[in-house]
Amino acid sequence: MKPLVEINGIGMTYHSLKGETEAIKDINLNISKGEIVGIVGPSGCGKSTLLSIIAGLITPSKGNVLINGKQVSKSNSNIGYMFQKDQLLEWRNILENVVLGLEIQRKLTPEVYDNAKAMLHSYGLGEFISSYPRQLSGGMRQRVALIRTLLLEPELLLLDEPFSALDYQTRLAIADEIGIILKKEQKTGLLITHDIAEAISLSDRVVILSNRPATIKEIVDIKLTCPIGKETPLGCREAPEFRHYFNKIWKELDIHV
Amino acid sequence: MSNKKPSKEHEEYLINLKKKNRNIFLTQISILILGLLLWEVAAHFKWIDTFLTSYPSQIWKLFLTYIKHGNLFYHVGISVMETIIGFLGGTLLGVIIAIGLWWSDFWAKVLDPYLVMLNSLPKTALAPIIIIWVGAGYSGIIVTAITVSIVVTIMNMFESFISVDNDQIKLLNTFGATKLQILQKIIIPSSIPTLINTLKINIGLSWVGVIVGEFLVSKAGIGYLIVYGGQVFKLDIVMMSIFILAVISVFMYKAISILENKFRKW
Repeated sequence: MKPLVEINGIGMTYHSLKGETEAIKDINLNISKGEIVGIVGPSGCGKSTLLSIIAGLITPSKGNVLINGKQVSKSNSNIGYMFQKDQLLEWRNILENVVLGLEIQRKLTPEVYDNAKAMLHSYGLGEFISSYPRQLSGGMRQRVALIRTLLLEPELLLLDEPFSALDYQTRLAIADEIGIILKKEQKTGLLITHDIAEAISLSDRVVILSNRPATIKEIVDIKLTCPIGKETPLGCREAPEFRHYFNKIWKELDIHV
Repeated sequence: MSNKKPSKEHEEYLINLKKKNRNIFLTQISILILGLLLWEVAAHFKWIDTFLTSYPSQIWKLFLTYIKHGNLFYHVGISVMETIIGFLGGTLLGVIIAIGLWWSDFWAKVLDPYLVMLNSLPKTALAPIIIIWVGAGYSGIIVTAITVSIVVTIMNMFESFISVDNDQIKLLNTFGATKLQILQKIIIPSSIPTLINTLKINIGLSWVGVIVGEFLVSKAGIGYLIVYGGQVFKLDIVMMSIFILAVISVFMYKAISILENKFRKW
């Protein structure tokens, strides 16, 4: 089967007064439909740059990105992007926030609103439809951000450390919840994270990047035998292989403090 | 917030809070009344020279005569009209120019030193030139008022436009937004609080422009009354005008606060 996303020989060089910086060097990666790929790497290695390139927001210096065989660009937006912060607009209520993407794409119809309301209800936010973002907790806000992304029915979801602004307990709960949603909706996703455990529990494969310029150091296939009745990302952390993957990735990351 | 009956402690807390607020208000009023009373008494017993200071009851009498003879409202009306037009013009033009600077990074950088220079220049120094150029009537005064408020508006609004979170713009870009959409959906709404603060500043600045303009050329208006009063050494006219100015300014400021509450629903 042809992969959904083909990343071919991406390279990126930044120019500034101080000279040029090579951020990314020769990255090749294919992602199949329904697969969730985690990306871990040292801080400042160019992970976010890579996501911006895949989203078509920056043009790479070398190589190209194809989604369904078509080259990505800013205008063909079949990509959902989730940020570290939820980026909800404080002056819009929750319903207005989740339909923002479709509003921008001029696809607002009564059905969109019905759809959005149904989704908010099914993710436990039904009573907050006309609330404002500041009235919601961090975890709820990130759930709203996910609904805003899913309403666009993106072919590929780019998750740029989407849980790192949350406190630890909420982070575990929301990561678990979002992982379940992504699997249920059979979404394809690329997840950047600092949290090795999070990467293992949510992903089908984990890509380890090197220091700058970022190259792919290794790709680890994750196969967890999750405890029966606990086949969720959180439950899968109890799988016997979990420790092994954790140590392997930790060693590969080769972090010196 | 719960619907159950508040506890005794909570009731006491609320009562105390009310008491405190009432005390603040009563003290504020007392200061005003005491000040006026002291002024009146000092004038009555000739502790102060009423030729220089006038006194409240005389100012009040003058106020009543000015109302009766009809020209007070005329003067006030003209100044208020000039201020409102100057205020709206300065704010509107300022916001439009700020949007232009946000749109074009090139022009923002080109014009930056000029804006800095204009910002530190006392705009009232330009008033004589403006009045000669534009005309010694309402138009000259209004343009003076606009000049005083426009530069601050441009700088404040532009600063607010460019301080919008980059990830919010990135989010809209992932939706495929155009630059105009980014302006409409993110830049302008997130700058509403700055706009309201700028409005509050501009009310005061526009009055400065109008009064200075009227000092220079007018035949009517509160600024005219002040200059006239000063020239004929009738300081009660000056005092009355200043009181009227103070009251109108407070009302205009209040009007903007009401607008603020209406807009900031989140």
